[in-house]
Amino acid sequence: MDIFLQQIINGLVLGSIYALVALGYTMVYGILGLINFAHGEVVMIGALVSYSVMMVLVPSGLPPVLLALISVLVAAPVCMALAWAIERYAYRPLRHAPKLTPLISAIGVSILLQNMAMMIWGRGYHAFPDILPAIHFDIGGAQITLLQTVTIGLAALTMGILAWMIQRTSLGQAMRATAESPAIAELMGIPVNRIITLTFVIGAALAALAGLMVGANYSVAHYYMGFMLGLKAFTAAVLGGIGNITGAMLGGLLLGLIESLGAGYIEDLTGGFLGSNYQDIFAFLVLIGVLVFRPGGLMGERVSERA
Amino acid sequence: MKMTARFLARLSRHPNDNRVHWLAWALLGLLLAALPWLVASGFGNTWLRILNFALLYVMLALGLNIVVGFAGLLDMGYIAFYAVGAYLWALLASPQFGLHWPLWAILPLGAGLAGLFGVLLGAPTLKLRGDYLAIVTLGFGEIIRIFLNNLNAPVNITNGPQGISAIDPVHIGSLSLARPIDLGFVQVPSLVSYYYLFLIAALVIIGIALRLERSRVGRAWAAIREDEVAAKACGINTRNVKLLAFAMGATFGGVAGGLFAGFQQFVSPESFGLLESVMVLCMVVLGGMGHIPGVIFGALLLTVLPEFFRHIAGPVQQSLFGTVLIDPENLRMLLFGLSLVLVMRYRPSGLWPSPQRRREIEDVQRADAPADVPVSPM
Repeated sequence: MDIFLQQIINGLVLGSIYALVALGYTMVYGILGLINFAHGEVVMIGALVSYSVMMVLVPSGLPPVLLALISVLVAAPVCMALAWAIERYAYRPLRHAPKLTPLISAIGVSILLQNMAMMIWGRGYHAFPDILPAIHFDIGGAQITLLQTVTIGLAALTMGILAWMIQRTSLGQAMRATAESPAIAELMGIPVNRIITLTFVIGAALAALAGLMVGANYSVAHYYMGFMLGLKAFTAAVLGGIGNITGAMLGGLLLGLIESLGAGYIEDLTGGFLGSNYQDIFAFLVLIGVLVFRPGGLMGERVSERA
Repeated sequence: MKMTARFLARLSRHPNDNRVHWLAWALLGLLLAALPWLVASGFGNTWLRILNFALLYVMLALGLNIVVGFAGLLDMGYIAFYAVGAYLWALLASPQFGLHWPLWAILPLGAGLAGLFGVLLGAPTLKLRGDYLAIVTLGFGEIIRIFLNNLNAPVNITNGPQGISAIDPVHIGSLSLARPIDLGFVQVPSLVSYYYLFLIAALVIIGIALRLERSRVGRAWAAIREDEVAAKACGINTRNVKLLAFAMGATFGGVAGGLFAGFQQFVSPESFGLLESVMVLCMVVLGGMGHIPGVIFGALLLTVLPEFFRHIAGPVQQSLFGTVLIDPENLRMLLFGLSLVLVMRYRPSGLWPSPQRRREIEDVQRADAPADVPVSPM
């Protein structure tokens, strides 16, 4: 079994999920210049809601693929409504406030959502039922399961649709105009507030899908899962160039690869001193590295100071 | 609180202002000296313990206030310095390595090491501001925690997730604070002697913070906070001044950490998670950034109020609904999250801001931008 290739495959799966979440960060940042700290929590709610829907429907004997589909169709609107509420009540009133206030407000929302989730779903880890039959394909000595294939494919498809929407539809044009200059977009007759809300809501839909994927692939649906996932996805967004859509996709995949390769090889590199339990460190090192040496990221323009 | 301050201010314009001042301070001193005895006899040792923790948090909040409030550098990994101080004490005064160093060796060493970490964190992040700095410092704090959590193999340094126990209590010579101290006319319980130690440490830190605020360095920090480019143009060495802010804040954190380890006699990575950093940051922000009385008030409020809540939430639900519907711990955090959002919305400058800062913030909000059009970030 080829370890290197295997880690690449695992990295691509992880990276697809990071990319989906990173898009939510990057779109909001592009328009508002705000780090939506509660975005990771939206992913968490998405994962837990889809888990509950599946658990309710399992006795009905429907095929598992259909279960997954229904659960996403329930989880996505829930997350969208949540994102709408967060934007409306925690961020919008603070738009002219000093820069620290939205951050603290977002932290408050995170704490609130985590504890709500703890109350509803308890403190345990929830394992998803098997969505797809356990088939795997062999690629050059490594294995990729059907679930992993579908995860990568679905993420790619979703991101393709999003890219098309932003580039080719009038809604996308309005979003790009708002990101360029909200005040001027407003003067041109674009309903800026509605666009901002939409941006949050679209990001939340992607987050719900990502939540389902995390749950299905790693069985870690848990009230605290959003925090680390959110930070890593944010790192992916920064790595690609915050505010840049293509960058977020690229950064997500890249970070996934860095993480899985790093976790796979860290013991060899450090002579056994550091083990794979240091996996979480890579994201932070990448984040610090990017922000210090190239704050604009891979695709972004050079910005050295964003206050 | 505010009323008293105003009242004192009015009194102090009186011809006999000196006498009134002295009287007020003497009363406050008496109250602080008698407090542990009153709390212990009135509410029991649990609350005395909480009081001691409140003092530790006052030190932490004042340390973070130097970085966030004075210099305007948003640090979300502050608890890392607390961890450094605590773990240094734990390693140098416990059976872990069989070392038992005395207090006056460890505490300065812990402060120094934490300060060094502060510079290490500050150096690569000099260019960053605002949200970016917040995320990077948060990452730094998590990295420290991950290391503490995993440095038990192949060489066991920190004992991993189990943490280090059986740490030496704070002792001065042969006098240990873990046992009651007999003064002949009165027995001083352990918790009370810790209270006095923490109170002295907190007062020293308050004193330093007050002097710093009005020193040349403090002015330089304020200048950086308001406008870094202008400060640089006026000849302030922004690099050194920023590093000094990080180092100073971290030093306070290191001292508090050492005292915490000696008080708890047990440390584990659990105590240094992100939520702790967030808590300290909220003490500073909710109290009133850059305003020392406000920050102290914030620290006391956020230590005592949740505890109070924890003790009463269960019984109240019991009497109202006949059963405990919501786990008190959960409810406490729910309300905490909610209050963060609400305070940011209605009192963005904190509950007790300095008058000057408050004026500035209100000015910012009156900036003549048309309503509901977001101002693009500069």
